[in-house]
Amino acid sequence: MSAETTSLNIRGVTVKLHRCGRGPALLFLHGAGGVPQWLPFFDALAEHYEVLVPEHPGFGGSDDPPWITSIPDLAMFYLDLVEEAGLDGIHLIGNSLGGWLAAEILVRDRARFRSLVQLAPAGIRVKGVPCGDNFIWGPEEALRNLYHDQGFADRILATAPTEAQLDVMLRNRFTVAKFGWQPRWFDPDLEKWLHRIKLPALVVWGEDDKIMPPAFAALWRERLPDARLVMVEACGHLPHVEHAALVAGHVRDFIEGVAR
Amino acid sequence: MKLVSFHLMPYRPLDLAAAAKHRSAWVVLPNNLYDPVKGAEEYESHIDALVYAEALGFDAIGVNEHHQTAYGLMPAPNLIAGALIQRTKRVQIAILGRALPLVNNPVYIAEEFAMLDNLSKGRIIAGFVRGIGSEYHASGANPYFSHQRFHEAHDLIIRAWTEPGPFAFDGDHFNLRYVNLWPRPYQAPHPPVWIPSQGSSETVAWASHPDRKYPFLVTFSSADLVARYHNTYRDKAREYGYEAAPGQLGWACPIYVAETDERARAEAGRAVETLFNDFLRQTFEMLMPPGYTSMASMKNFIANRRALGNVGRLTAEALIDSGTALIGSPKTVLAGIEKMRDRTGFGILVALLQFGILSDALTRRNMETFAAEIMPKLRD
Repeated sequence: MSAETTSLNIRGVTVKLHRCGRGPALLFLHGAGGVPQWLPFFDALAEHYEVLVPEHPGFGGSDDPPWITSIPDLAMFYLDLVEEAGLDGIHLIGNSLGGWLAAEILVRDRARFRSLVQLAPAGIRVKGVPCGDNFIWGPEEALRNLYHDQGFADRILATAPTEAQLDVMLRNRFTVAKFGWQPRWFDPDLEKWLHRIKLPALVVWGEDDKIMPPAFAALWRERLPDARLVMVEACGHLPHVEHAALVAGHVRDFIEGVAR
Repeated sequence: MKLVSFHLMPYRPLDLAAAAKHRSAWVVLPNNLYDPVKGAEEYESHIDALVYAEALGFDAIGVNEHHQTAYGLMPAPNLIAGALIQRTKRVQIAILGRALPLVNNPVYIAEEFAMLDNLSKGRIIAGFVRGIGSEYHASGANPYFSHQRFHEAHDLIIRAWTEPGPFAFDGDHFNLRYVNLWPRPYQAPHPPVWIPSQGSSETVAWASHPDRKYPFLVTFSSADLVARYHNTYRDKAREYGYEAAPGQLGWACPIYVAETDERARAEAGRAVETLFNDFLRQTFEMLMPPGYTSMASMKNFIANRRALGNVGRLTAEALIDSGTALIGSPKTVLAGIEKMRDRTGFGILVALLQFGILSDALTRRNMETFAAEIMPKLRD
């Protein structure tokens, strides 16, 4: 299946949007790495849903308005986006920084959303359990620490990125620092409002996640009012990349079984 | 020429082989490599060296701020400045500088400088810096907002020093209902502000602006780069419609003088190598956290680094050849300074006369030789 790339203009901000498939809206919020490519995971879901993958303001090919300075700002922007795009009954999926964003959106206004899938989300923390410091890691180290199976890192490292790709990576890195440097990867005000997310939720976590510690998973399950947790063996920080078919299956079972 | 004897206060007893096993001598270097008994001796030696500079005739003595590193033991340079005030009578004391974006209330910095200025009856030079990249890892301050916080903190401090208080400050990063310094600075309108920098064009344009005309100190760069940054400042000043005075251009440089070039290299070669290779050792990610510079500056930096390739350990010879360090006979060192003066007309020399593992005895002799052989030739 091939994805279509379009753009939305929301309050003067152009957002690049990749979309594929037909059916109920499934909105995927990407993590710190942006959307370097269309993933097999998206294809698997596009057989059943309309998969929408926007690039957040400040990432990739989207604008970077100076008034978006935090993940809560970005969440408010996305509430404008889903309203102006006329989306409703949305199944929301977030990974890492995108999971943090998903939670910030839903504690504010869940009216247009039907369910939540969190893939190793940032946004809350367990005191005494630090995240991996991907700001101090070198590029190869940071890449390798994303995966359990180093074959994924090896394949990426085998091809030198183009200048354009390097520019996007640098831009993404600036934006990630803006949102996530301090406090590192969380919002002190988020955890206490997670009970507001009165939606069926699925939390998926790699057992070998070197960035968001698996110890955070239990806290998410505890704080979300209606969540179940799936731990994925032999898996790092990107369960939907390392175990695309398995995780897509879980997502589909979850949406069909609980949330539809 | 204004002459500053400057000190980083390195932790010389560092086990260099043990330190080399870690990512950097900054931020992540385990502090069990610091021995407080040896460290206390280091403070005493380093302060003695700075105090000695007054007797030798230097115009100013200088310290600076770095965090969580064996490179310099002054996370709070104003504490050292407080000690130096009590042990000196005449010299200016230059804090080069305090890192403004790292604090949550810059009024504290305004207060500290005002206190020091009163304690010293007007001998303080206030350096303002953003801190190097590693400081953002060490402090947690967000590098993305570093420039914004620097400018806002600067404006707040200058207003705190010059406007009648109390007043309210309404910023994007700092918001204060009451700004009302007790004490006010001793110097009027306020202590001189100097800007040490590694040469970013944004900083040059800002420092040279006619509203500020802040002396701009280029630190730890090759002679060609120092000249380029000085002349960028000059050009910028001309664009603003004035000619930069010598006192607006400074050069911070490790200097070692001995009877002959051979002797100077033999005595200081290894020390300058430890400064650049061991004490200054940081990764790219530490030096350049995202947002610390503009995207364009960072891309330049990456491209330059790629062009250089893996340079490995810098040798004393390479550091001397590039003019990054002045090490040699009085004639050699003086020629290096005069050459830069011909190229840029700079008027502030910030001499790092102790560096790396250089011992107390050699530091003292270096300072004495500098004072006897170089200093008289630089008096305008």
